[in-house]
Amino acid sequence: MPDSPGLELIAGELNEAHPGSVLSTYHEHGQGCLVVDPEQVLDVLGWLREAPGQEYRFLSSLHGVDYLPAEPRFGVVYELLNMPRVERLRIRAALPDPGAEALPELPSSVELFPTAEFQEREVYDFFGIVFRGHPDLRRILMPEEYVGWPQRRDFPIGGEPVIFTHNERQVPRWYE
Amino acid sequence: MTEGPSTASPHRPGLSRDRVAQTEAEVIGTSAIERTAAPDALESEQELFTINMGPHHPATHGVLRLLVSLQGEVVRDLKPIVGYVHTGIEKSCEDKSYWKVIPFVERMDYLAYFFNMEAFCGCVERLLELEIPPRANYLRVLHLELNRIHSHLVWLGTTGLELGAMSMFFYCFRDRDRILDLFEMSSGQRMHTRYFQVGGVFEDVPAGFARRVLDFCAEFRTRIDQYEALLTNNEIFLQRTKGIGIVPRQRLIDLGVTGPLLRATGEPWDLRKVDPYLAYGDFDFKVPVGTVGDGWDRYRVRMAEMRESVGIIEQAIEGLPEGPWIADDRKVVLPPRDELSTSMEALIHHFKLVTEGFRVPPGEAYYAVESPRGELGCFVLADGSAKPARVHIRDPSFVNLQALRDMSVDGYVADLIQNLAMLDPILGGIDR
Repeated sequence: MPDSPGLELIAGELNEAHPGSVLSTYHEHGQGCLVVDPEQVLDVLGWLREAPGQEYRFLSSLHGVDYLPAEPRFGVVYELLNMPRVERLRIRAALPDPGAEALPELPSSVELFPTAEFQEREVYDFFGIVFRGHPDLRRILMPEEYVGWPQRRDFPIGGEPVIFTHNERQVPRWYE
Repeated sequence: MTEGPSTASPHRPGLSRDRVAQTEAEVIGTSAIERTAAPDALESEQELFTINMGPHHPATHGVLRLLVSLQGEVVRDLKPIVGYVHTGIEKSCEDKSYWKVIPFVERMDYLAYFFNMEAFCGCVERLLELEIPPRANYLRVLHLELNRIHSHLVWLGTTGLELGAMSMFFYCFRDRDRILDLFEMSSGQRMHTRYFQVGGVFEDVPAGFARRVLDFCAEFRTRIDQYEALLTNNEIFLQRTKGIGIVPRQRLIDLGVTGPLLRATGEPWDLRKVDPYLAYGDFDFKVPVGTVGDGWDRYRVRMAEMRESVGIIEQAIEGLPEGPWIADDRKVVLPPRDELSTSMEALIHHFKLVTEGFRVPPGEAYYAVESPRGELGCFVLADGSAKPARVHIRDPSFVNLQALRDMSVDGYVADLIQNLAMLDPILGGIDR
């Protein structure tokens, strides 16, 4: 894990290489995190992957987080890992909520990290975050015709009717 | 498949499948069966044929559906379709207080429940900055390694079954049952034990547990020898696994694959060794690796891992420290039962913990453990309340499944089954 000064150094170098890419940094519980501009997330990931001295070449996890009521609301979190040094670094693309009609967007990292393919589909499935350039952006765990983004914090828990014999006619469109 | 010019056989007009009449090839035999030996007669078999394998298929280890494009018997493309047992566990966790989340996450990867518990509890402990006592540390390692053997035994049994070694299934489940007996003895449950708590473990192991575990270890070593005698040099097993499903090491790393699949290619990546969590730094064990990364290497790595786990269990029993088995933090850990009748304060703490649960200061953490299938990570976002704002489990089966295409394309269907068995996906973990 880079310590806090190390994290600041990485942030400084990144802002030199790609101006405006790192919005803020924080370090808690022994783990560092860079909050980055979603439009430049590929530059940041590519730089961390290739720059000498960084070489974070393993994407161990990619997941979405809904920080409601904080702003920017959504975060796509990349847990990077440098295998030789066993160092983890968290990158968070901070995505504002574009409103009820539109979906938040950011570029897909599948070209850089092929492992992101399923995980980006999962984030799209549960948070409605669109990854531009993903080869096959469909729902992965929920049914394909499902409407709504279930892991968002404002999505109700227990909103799915369970059909039993006694209530199958009360549940709308039970026969479909 | 491009159709040739339609010059149907004069003898059987309209039967385009009969290719013999269209070619210059020498006709072999007169009956259709004899003619299929001619390469040209096979041409119509070369069409791509897309079929569903699963979701209800005994060889897919659960409800996994594979959309397979076949050319004859050769797999040309493959798409895994998952989600049939999705139950929204991550969403449900957001509505439960921290200590009630533990039974939920256990049910994700239902063969590695101790690992799921450890990933979640360890992550919450990191958020709370809570140290767990040494005895709890050792008891956790002990149960994790028993669980690793249990998970590998189920893998070995089902894999043997799929490759035609039916007796393996019965032998492995016999030994697995002995591990479940041990879990029952220490925690009262055979599966989904909820034994790990935030701060330590639920209860000390009962008297006589150590002896039972050591008996099991002594016997299990000979059992592994027997299983290896059955499989390792078995001609059928070798032919089915040797040189099958090889993916280059770098490609596996790019695909995010961890665990025995990655170690089989020679990469000594084991979180227990490189990033020792819990008490793994105290134990002497090796990280088995393979050489080429074919099915046989994957088998050998898992067998060797079981041996190493037995060693760790024996060391954990020998070095088991005395002392408390759960942290002494009354804001997080339930007070001992006997204090409730004498101490008002203990009663208040008990009441607060059971009704509301403990609060976790705002923050987020990622904590990864080495599960039998690879890196099992847990991400928890705390917002200061008694419920997590987000729980995400990075399940190794979910990520490793992406490698199945690379392993199986341009191989036979039978090898696809073997690759899937060696991948060892648990659909409960994939779908969550």
